[in-house]
Amino acid sequence: MEWLGLYNYWVVVVLMMAGFYVVIAQGNLIKKIVGLNIFQTSVFIFYISLSKLEGGTAPIYVEGITAYSNPLPHVLILTAIVVGVALTAVGLALAVRIHEAYGSIEEDEIQAQDEEDARNA
Amino acid sequence: MIEHLPALQVVLPLLAAPLILFLVRWPTLAWAFTTAVAWATFLVAALLLEQVWGGAVISYAHGGWEPPWGIEYRVDTVNAFVLLIIAGISAIVMPFARDSVEQEVAPDRIAWFYSAFLLANAGLLGIAITGDAFNIFVFFEISAIASYALIAMGRDRRALLSSFNYLIMGTIGTTFLLIGIGFMYMMTGTLNLADLAERLPEVRDTTTIRAAFAFIAVGVSLKLALFPLHLWLPNAYTYAPSMVTVFLSATATKVAIYVLLRFFYSVFGAEFSFGELPMDHVLMPLALLGILLPSIVAIFQDDVKRMLAYSSVAQVGYIILGISFATTLGLTASMLHLFNHAITKAALFMALGAIVYQIGGTQLNRMAGIARDMPWTMAAFVIGGLSLIGVPLTAGFITKWYLLLAALDSGYWPIAVFLLATSLLAVIYIWRVVEVAYFRERPADAPVVREAPLALLLPTWTLALASILFGIYTALPVAAASRAAAILMGGY
Repeated sequence: MEWLGLYNYWVVVVLMMAGFYVVIAQGNLIKKIVGLNIFQTSVFIFYISLSKLEGGTAPIYVEGITAYSNPLPHVLILTAIVVGVALTAVGLALAVRIHEAYGSIEEDEIQAQDEEDARNA
Repeated sequence: MIEHLPALQVVLPLLAAPLILFLVRWPTLAWAFTTAVAWATFLVAALLLEQVWGGAVISYAHGGWEPPWGIEYRVDTVNAFVLLIIAGISAIVMPFARDSVEQEVAPDRIAWFYSAFLLANAGLLGIAITGDAFNIFVFFEISAIASYALIAMGRDRRALLSSFNYLIMGTIGTTFLLIGIGFMYMMTGTLNLADLAERLPEVRDTTTIRAAFAFIAVGVSLKLALFPLHLWLPNAYTYAPSMVTVFLSATATKVAIYVLLRFFYSVFGAEFSFGELPMDHVLMPLALLGILLPSIVAIFQDDVKRMLAYSSVAQVGYIILGISFATTLGLTASMLHLFNHAITKAALFMALGAIVYQIGGTQLNRMAGIARDMPWTMAAFVIGGLSLIGVPLTAGFITKWYLLLAALDSGYWPIAVFLLATSLLAVIYIWRVVEVAYFRERPADAPVVREAPLALLLPTWTLALASILFGIYTALPVAAASRAAAILMGGY
């Protein structure tokens, strides 16, 4: 039953693959960003999981306690979450402007328009 | 003051970026301010290189937190050299930027544009200077997010989708890097690069570290546009505003290559990367294909800017080829090409920027006979082209020469032949432009074109002349490159 102890990491792997698949397979720009978010979230969970110590508590000095969870990955992931939010914002802003310019956020429709432009040019 | 130079290198553009937004209503003032900051940053980079020239290593502990606990900025000849390339190119591109950006970007967005430019600049400098693995990730994202915004400001609506695709692929790349860093932290409990290098040997033979290596290699390869992970690059470079293309083509992929070198040589060690793991056998075929195929694709492009973008992918191939020899000579060639290609490609893209300024596009059929009306611009283009091909007395020749030496030194004589053959491909695609611009008649109905203004020509010629200068006077770049290579081979 050792694999059950790695439950968190299995979740990470499943989420990562699911997110990655959505990014590659979906032609809709918003869905791509959703996929990207899931992909990144899996990495956040990965960092949080590796900092957990069995029986460890929050890193606050209390007498009688010797096992602490590592707080550093939490801080790192706070930064990474901020980065993720910024990326999502820029990605969505681009999607809005693409919609303004092309009237669509489907990759194949946009490409069809570009190809038509190229033919007319 | 002097001991705070490493911090200033990044803090200067990083702090200036939001300050520019006070100048939204005065675009010219915003430009002047950005120029001043870019040149000050360049000065700092030059001072840093001067300080570490003799082989010294500057370690700067941020906020007084001693490494490996705090974030350390660590400057040796390797990254001082890279810093100088980034800061130098962004300083030289600024005089060029004023007219070019004024024409290509809406007036109310110009200050925002320069703000994003300085952020990208700060991010790239940060990647190069930091000695902390997680910090590399953060700076990667700072520069990347700013670059997405910069590319999306291109006039063509296709710039938007190129920027979006770059965002998707770039984020996958940096997230891979983040996973790799997580694996390393899991095994060693440290993020400081020098500390990592010290602790990794103990845990090296684990799947976790090998996985970390794989994630970092793939993630960074995406950022540096290693064939076949280069798909984001041609469109992003083609549709970005001229000044952004100049800046990104000369710096962004170069910094990613530096990160790859740092991890392969300094952190994991050459013995692990190329001895235990077969990175040389992985990189070499990719580099060779990456030189050959994009060079061929470049020949068939109708847009000169896109042609040069494909050529950039091929040039990354040359740099990776040097790395794949895993010898000091090969590394010297790669470090040299980092420098020489930055100058050459920036000169070429600037010449194209001047052409865009005058005729509004870079389609080959619009450039017929243009050399008669824009002799200085096209002459600079030809010089850049010669350097790209690797004709003697240009900077490009020096790198090709060192690559050739490295190939022969490692016993790969077919690669030496291959290098000569692929140079001919560069001759073909540069010649196409020269033929159209010099030997075709200007169409009778074509609008009248004048020579580009001096503000565009001067920076273009500075770099064009630099690519000749560093082809004749090679002492400085060769010394910097070989010292950097020796440091990389020696580990941290």
